[in-house]
Amino acid sequence: MTTAGHNATASEREESIARRRSAISRYLGHRSLVIGGVGLALLILIAVFAPLLTWHDPYMQDLTSRRIPPIWHGWFYDNPKAGWLHPLGTDPLGRDYFTRLVYGARISLFVGFSVVALSCVIGTTLGVLAGYFGGRIDAVISFIVTTRLSMPVVLVALAVVSIFDGSLQVVILVLGLLLWDRFAVVMRSVTLQIKSQEFVTAARAVGCSNLRIILTEIMPNVANSLIIVATIEMAVAIIYEASLSFLGLGIQPPLPSWGLMLAEARPEIFFAAWMITLPGIALFLLVLFVNLLGDGVRDITAPEGRA
Amino acid sequence: MTGTRDDAPIMEAQGLTKTYTLSSGLLGKKRTLHAVRGLDLDLRRGDILGIVGESGCGKSTLSRMLLGLEAPTEGVVRIGGQPVEQIGRAALSRKVQPIFQDPFSSLNPRKTIESIISLPLRLHGIGDAASRRREVREMMERVGLPSRVAKGYPSQLSGGQRQRVSIARALITRPEIVICDEPTSALDVSVQSQILNMLQELRDELNLTYIVITHDLAVVEHLATEIAVMYLGRIVERAETERFFGDPQHPYSRALLKSVMTPDTSLGIPELGLGTAFPDPANPPPGCAFHPRCAKRFEGCDRIAPVPVPRAGGGHVECRLFETPEAAGLPDPAMTKER
Ligand SMILES: Nc1ncnc2c1ncn2[C@@H]1O[C@H](COP(=O)(O)OP(=O)(O)OP(=O)(O)O)[C@@H](O)[C@H]1O
Ligand SMILES: [Mg+2]
Repeated sequence: MTTAGHNATASEREESIARRRSAISRYLGHRSLVIGGVGLALLILIAVFAPLLTWHDPYMQDLTSRRIPPIWHGWFYDNPKAGWLHPLGTDPLGRDYFTRLVYGARISLFVGFSVVALSCVIGTTLGVLAGYFGGRIDAVISFIVTTRLSMPVVLVALAVVSIFDGSLQVVILVLGLLLWDRFAVVMRSVTLQIKSQEFVTAARAVGCSNLRIILTEIMPNVANSLIIVATIEMAVAIIYEASLSFLGLGIQPPLPSWGLMLAEARPEIFFAAWMITLPGIALFLLVLFVNLLGDGVRDITAPEGRA
Repeated sequence: MTGTRDDAPIMEAQGLTKTYTLSSGLLGKKRTLHAVRGLDLDLRRGDILGIVGESGCGKSTLSRMLLGLEAPTEGVVRIGGQPVEQIGRAALSRKVQPIFQDPFSSLNPRKTIESIISLPLRLHGIGDAASRRREVREMMERVGLPSRVAKGYPSQLSGGQRQRVSIARALITRPEIVICDEPTSALDVSVQSQILNMLQELRDELNLTYIVITHDLAVVEHLATEIAVMYLGRIVERAETERFFGDPQHPYSRALLKSVMTPDTSLGIPELGLGTAFPDPANPPPGCAFHPRCAKRFEGCDRIAPVPVPRAGGGHVECRLFETPEAAGLPDPAMTKER
């Protein structure tokens, strides 16, 4: 870049521009990683330390302080009810909105991580087995995957939830048992690709068992793809949980699920739109950070980004 | 086929056959691909057997069967007189080891060089951590790797260095036999001879027996003690290196040797000047598999498969030109006329 002085030839200058552009794109790649990672880490910290961040109880109803608007209504609309006691206001039952949002992060993140953990184990196991062993095992597993893909997630989830009643556990179980298909499909193709590499043959020739080859030769090489799929599925799971809860079929009141908060705020939309926007923004940010993180991981592990 | 020496072969294959079933599409009819067709092979301790043949003639399939990585459809591989399937994987891996062609896919990119080389030791529980480290350093020195790369990853090494890592991994448990499948064809010409010289030195130091598989005769000319020429899943000629290069018998061997003289040998598959392309192993020609390309074919070659004819002083050639008239079922003049 230092050669881009006045005496640089045109081709040199072009080259330096190209170099700068690739540096920028690399920076952008890292930026989505950084924003996503930091944002998600922050939300996790908020969720973990929720009790230290607020002096209210998320379930504590106070009928004397219902529908208090957030603090900026005091600043901009001179609403006398707004104040620092409830910085983001209260809901129609007088529960502190900030507190419920903060505790809601716990639910979304817990659902996201649990569902991904469950579906990752199921999908990766199936995908790696299908890719590694091939043949009849692959045929059976591919059939299972196709069967799963032919089931609409929302309808199955609705059906199951209407039988067993919605609850945190049921939502996690249902979503975890439904959302493993992408893990299976991606892991199968990645495993197929790695299996054909000679270091796997070398490991077999050295006397490694299939289990050892899968664990020490294949798995370390699928980790990147796994992280990318995991972020996609986590975002999907979080949205599904919110949707189910919004429909009243997921997490049940009084738990402060963001989807449930959206549903509870629905009647207020014309009088207190912030009751909708706040959990909406929270949901949006969480999903955005998760997706940015996945994009960032994919960018830095893309073939051209590797040494 | 009996060698001149009377010691028992260290490795031996009899009637080795491998067929693959190809199915084209869901409803397409199944076809059988004959990768290796009833191949006999024996290898004596200390030998370096060069197996030469064009792409697709079944060299890698043969090497996988000799390594016990793939079960033959028919036939048997014996090491030290014992069939490989009875030896057991762990013991087998300490008798025979592979060295691969592609130094970029033969090393796990996620592992350090030290961990790649020491894997066989760890797997078989040989020594403790300290002695394993010593062993690895010693082996790295033997194959000419600087010890500073031990903690590094394969991506930091050059192709030649990676191939040295591959060799170190194969030799760390001191196998008796090493099967090198195109050990240098992915390397720069300048590096090729270094690796070949090193293989030669290692064989003398560690008392190894090699099978070196290649499509390039130049690779084995100075390394191998014996040459076997493979064509469509069979060994069509086998002879000691000097005799082979001095007096090749099979028309295919002659064509191969001629191609070594052309400057183009580094281009992978040598241009053989044989006109017709290599036959489809899913549909091998009847009679002698080589007859469609053979300049010396004569009456009957497209119907009658040749049988191996032993050569005086070891080796064999599988061509009807060399069969006695009775065996070939032909009148004598036909043969003499063609020669
Ligand atoms: N797993 C397999 N399934 C089906 N066909 C196979 C399989 N492995 C090898 N073949 C076929 O068997 C034949 C011999 O293959 P092989 O890899 O042994 O050839 P090669 O002599 O090593 O060739 P090259 O010099 O290109 O490495 C080829 O026609 C190949 O397509
Ligand atoms: Mg090959």
